[in-house]
Amino acid sequence: MSSDVLRPEIQYATLAQQGDTAQLGMWVFLATETLFFGALLFAYFIYRMSYPHEFAEAAKDAVLWCGSVNIGLLITSSLTMVLAINAAADGRRRALVFWLCATAFLGICFLGVKVWEYRLDYVDHVVPAVNFIVKPGAGSAGELFWVFYFVATGLHAVHLTIGIGLVLYMLLWRVRRGEITPLYYAPLEVVGLYWSFVDTVWLFLFPAIYLAGRS
Amino acid sequence: MSSIAVDPPRNYASEENTIASWLLTRDHKRIALMFFASITAFFFIGGAAATLIRLHLATPAGLLQPSVYNRVFTMHGVVMVWFFLIPSIPATLGNFFVPMMIGAHDLAFPRINLASWYVFNLSGLVLLYALVMGGVDTGWTFYTPLSTIYANGYVFAAAMAVFINGFSTIMTALNFVVTIHRLRAPGMLWTRLPLFVWGIYSVSVVMLLATPVLAMDTLLLAVEQFLQVGLFDPSHGGDPLLWQHMFWFYSHPAVYIMILPAMGVVSELIACYARRPIFGYSGMTIAMMAIAVISFFVWAHHMFVAGISIYAAVVFSLMTFFVAVPSAIKVFNWTASLHKGSISFDAPMIYALGFVLLFTIGGLTGLMLATLAVDVDVHDTYFVIAHFHYIMVGGTVSAFFGGLHYWWPKMTGRLYPEMLARFAAFLTFVGFNLTFFPQFILGYLGMPRRYYTYPPEWQVWNVLSSAGASILAVGYLLPLFYLGWSLIWGRHASPNPWRATGLEWLTSSPPPTHNFERTPVVAIGPYSYDPEDGSYTTQDGVRHV
Repeated sequence: MSSDVLRPEIQYATLAQQGDTAQLGMWVFLATETLFFGALLFAYFIYRMSYPHEFAEAAKDAVLWCGSVNIGLLITSSLTMVLAINAAADGRRRALVFWLCATAFLGICFLGVKVWEYRLDYVDHVVPAVNFIVKPGAGSAGELFWVFYFVATGLHAVHLTIGIGLVLYMLLWRVRRGEITPLYYAPLEVVGLYWSFVDTVWLFLFPAIYLAGRS
Repeated sequence: MSSIAVDPPRNYASEENTIASWLLTRDHKRIALMFFASITAFFFIGGAAATLIRLHLATPAGLLQPSVYNRVFTMHGVVMVWFFLIPSIPATLGNFFVPMMIGAHDLAFPRINLASWYVFNLSGLVLLYALVMGGVDTGWTFYTPLSTIYANGYVFAAAMAVFINGFSTIMTALNFVVTIHRLRAPGMLWTRLPLFVWGIYSVSVVMLLATPVLAMDTLLLAVEQFLQVGLFDPSHGGDPLLWQHMFWFYSHPAVYIMILPAMGVVSELIACYARRPIFGYSGMTIAMMAIAVISFFVWAHHMFVAGISIYAAVVFSLMTFFVAVPSAIKVFNWTASLHKGSISFDAPMIYALGFVLLFTIGGLTGLMLATLAVDVDVHDTYFVIAHFHYIMVGGTVSAFFGGLHYWWPKMTGRLYPEMLARFAAFLTFVGFNLTFFPQFILGYLGMPRRYYTYPPEWQVWNVLSSAGASILAVGYLLPLFYLGWSLIWGRHASPNPWRATGLEWLTSSPPPTHNFERTPVVAIGPYSYDPEDGSYTTQDGVRHV
């Protein structure tokens, strides 16, 4: 099986070219993702600047400890992802499996905290279109903050879920079948790029949502 | 010259002919043909809507109910922009010929290429659902709050169709950028790339950077529609202008998404049929990249009367004038390339020359619209309609048909009937001008766009326009018949019927599944034509007399 795997596809001259190209493809895709989330943050900051007081008041209801725990989980998961790639490059298969499991586990923990946080938000009556109640003295534009909160964290969670799926695919399919070798581990690097990007998005969302205006 | 009639060698189309072999193919050439089928279907839907519009406007009393008329012009715009013009040249001609022109055996990511086609059709189905259920009446721009608070159509479905469509655009563009960076044949330097490849490269960059912003914009619109929260609703603190800013941040570059590949096609055609190297090759490439970059800094010229600040308007007006500089460089270089050429007026060349003329008219009227004082006067009139149809239809569609004829023998292995094709090309040119030139006059007189009626004294111009549209329709229908005819009865084409220089002409017509038996080695730049003795040198360095 593995000799079959190590042949490049017809359009590539060498495996190295195929691996390089796959990575470039992910970088280009991440450029589009940057514009996608960038547009969202742009709209968010436009409104934040239009209603600084209302947004700051509304943001105080965001559950700070959930966001903080989650940033710790994701930064750690970026480390475990890189350790997995290093293990693949060195051909240390057991370490590779261990670090991939750790990465997926940390991602799932993030989603668990996120679901719990959504529950707290629901109890707190800050879910627009479901049970939103304007807090006394907060101003109605506060609802906009919560719309952006749910759109941004929801989209991030969708991206992270896809990332967990990709890590599990690597683990249960590519690694198990022996397709990730020191000679060719570009698929894992591509997943790693995506994973780090999703983490980076949270690095921007966390201060924008939880920290700004709280001092 | 291997035109001896033996058993035709196996090619990409005849290799395997089950339905599954097409639907699961990874061959960029087959996917290009599948895109041809899809966008032709949408061209007919959009064309039918255009026909209804021109029938309706032939008399002031009209034909349709006002509310139906609104839905018809909206559908015309949405279908033509996202489901025909934007994918038109890249997804079909680009898909087929970019790998061949750079000497590659396929695109970098064949599965993503196939997925792009499926996603495109999925988005088309969602749009057809919106159409069948009753349509959308907001115009293709979905301006808020018309599309949110006051909408009485299927805006949510239409917005989702546009959102999904964007994934297809991004997948195709990503494939092109990566392929052009990494899969060029040995010797195919950036300075030796044919201008069509440069056109596709520059347009792919614009697609990649602009489309995600529209995706976010439509997503927010859908959230507002679906959850009844006020993202763009002033009564909830939202800003309706934000929709316009983010919409035009995509949709103005989208105009260049339509025209850049067309510029690439026309450069190929003019060099080949004037038998001259393109004048100022490097200037042409720089101009294309400059257009791609500047296109991101002009969007608010659509919003001069929408209530943006006068200082912002002045800056955007100035930036819009800047974009005319590289555009003018291109027009001057095309005309300079014709100088002392050995010109033959084959059908693709008629389309190409038509492109240059119509693009020039469209571009110059664009400068009039970029002028603040003039724009305030003719904003949202038929002057604007005429202007952008000169660019999109006179420009892009002409180039699309020109390229389709030029590369038809390579794609199908058959020659099209030349005289009939020249007639169709000429008819399109005449029909187009008759349709849209009167609209400049109507706009100057003050006829607003999107109104279902007009004062009787403007009827003569509207009748002229409708008459032109019927000629244009014949011009567009004719190729469907004779190109279809040529598939079965057309003469067999040699590998290089036009004596052109690109790598795509080095392989058989139609090409084998992986394009080349051996990866070609590139020795020289494109367009080594000699108008004096009629010789030419293909890019592998072989001179043909």
